Amino acid sequence: MLKRVAITGLGLVTPLGTGRKKVIPLLLEGASGIAPITLFDASSYAVKIAGECNDFDPRDYIAPKEIPRMDRFCQMGLAASHIAYEDADFKQNAPRDEKLGVIIGTGIGGIKSFSDEIMQLHEKGPQRVSPFFITRMIGNMASAQTAIALKAKGYTSDPCSACASGTNAIGEAFKRIQMGYEDVILAGGAEASVVPIALAGFSVMRALSKRNDDPWKVSCPFDAKRDGFVIAEGAGILVLEEWERAVNRSANIYAEMVGYGASCDAFHITLPEPSADGPARCMENAIKDAGIECDEIDCINAHGTSTKANDATETLAIKKVFGEHAGNISIHSTKSMIGHLLGAAGGVEAAVLACAIQSGDIHPTINLTDPDPDCDLDYTPLKMKHRTIRYGLSNSFGFGGHNYSLIMKRVP
Amino acid sequence: MNEQEILEKVKPVIADKLGIGEDEITMESHFINDLGADSLGLVDITMALEEEYSMEIPDEEASKLVTVGAMIEYIKNNAK
Repeated sequence: MLKRVAITGLGLVTPLGTGRKKVIPLLLEGASGIAPITLFDASSYAVKIAGECNDFDPRDYIAPKEIPRMDRFCQMGLAASHIAYEDADFKQNAPRDEKLGVIIGTGIGGIKSFSDEIMQLHEKGPQRVSPFFITRMIGNMASAQTAIALKAKGYTSDPCSACASGTNAIGEAFKRIQMGYEDVILAGGAEASVVPIALAGFSVMRALSKRNDDPWKVSCPFDAKRDGFVIAEGAGILVLEEWERAVNRSANIYAEMVGYGASCDAFHITLPEPSADGPARCMENAIKDAGIECDEIDCINAHGTSTKANDATETLAIKKVFGEHAGNISIHSTKSMIGHLLGAAGGVEAAVLACAIQSGDIHPTINLTDPDPDCDLDYTPLKMKHRTIRYGLSNSFGFGGHNYSLIMKRVP
Repeated sequence: MNEQEILEKVKPVIADKLGIGEDEITMESHFINDLGADSLGLVDITMALEEEYSMEIPDEEASKLVTVGAMIEYIKNNAK
């Protein structure tokens, strides 16, 4: 008998701010977190804008001595985990160490540390590489440092599935709690790739928009003008908890996690397969896993990157799966406001969906003024919408063709 | 430079690396047992002092420099 899974805590570090209470109202207003890059001098780069977490201060969450031992992605993942754990408000009912897990995905890991220490190697030689280089760089450290901080002695891991890592992490956590392996798992994603080498890399592959003049207008998923995503950083962590446990301690349950689907395009390293079979099967798998009918889904937090290829293919996939019901679904893209947090995107977007399901407030897709004829569904353009969401779905698709979908149910 | 002068110079480096107060650091302090360093933290301090005093401490020597006093003695004899 599978156990039910509640979402009882949320932790956000985003370009619109830190913490659910700050971020969600701004998303509902349609605010943008995209701005000129300040983390380094980007004046010589073709792309000069990003979603930076400028209000994030690791000292608010992490002991001073530990901070230089962690890459920024790890600091953000650990901070978001602390926020989520606090939000779950366990009080006297903290999970047993052995039944607490951590699954924080990252697309890249400590790329700033990697880049800095390679410079150090070339400039000063092999004896001058930091003794903390390896442990700052490796992608599992957001999970490991969170496990150390919270004494999580159950399952810990670091899914690495590009821009779908966060969703992948949450899905695996959901399954582990369903199976009874852990009682509580902190799951999501962390990424800090607003770094010269990453910006250069994504830029030369033509993945990023180069319209630098109006930073807040550039990320325009499903719009005819869209010409690439905006790179961003941050972390999004959910506390997933075994249902009876959450109910017995009268926890605030944002939503029930009910479905997880996965698939691979097995087609190309970056391009989505044009028939949209991969993402369509992924959503179908999640719907089957949830044991519901297609027409019970009322809201989709889209992958919606603002690239030509993704938004058209995702639209096609939604039409394939939902048929006529596709037009009734309130679709929206969080990336229109905060950009693409890569491996952290799925974590943040799952948290945003959980809030939408609890409140019925669906944030808009901003900058959608000139819809692409190939994107002809209801993307909640420009203004938020209020409706009862019976079930909501969140999509994440990653380079390599990795597709993951989550389904959450409203708690009556 | 005498030992006391070196101590005053290395205190801020050690305090910064270990996130502790300079007043906690004495000649007798053991990096790991007294100051809370771990093995990587000790390597980090050793490298910072190598840089500061333009010297290379071979690994087999470095592994013996586990107290502030031993480190300062080494710097006194080997700094360039």
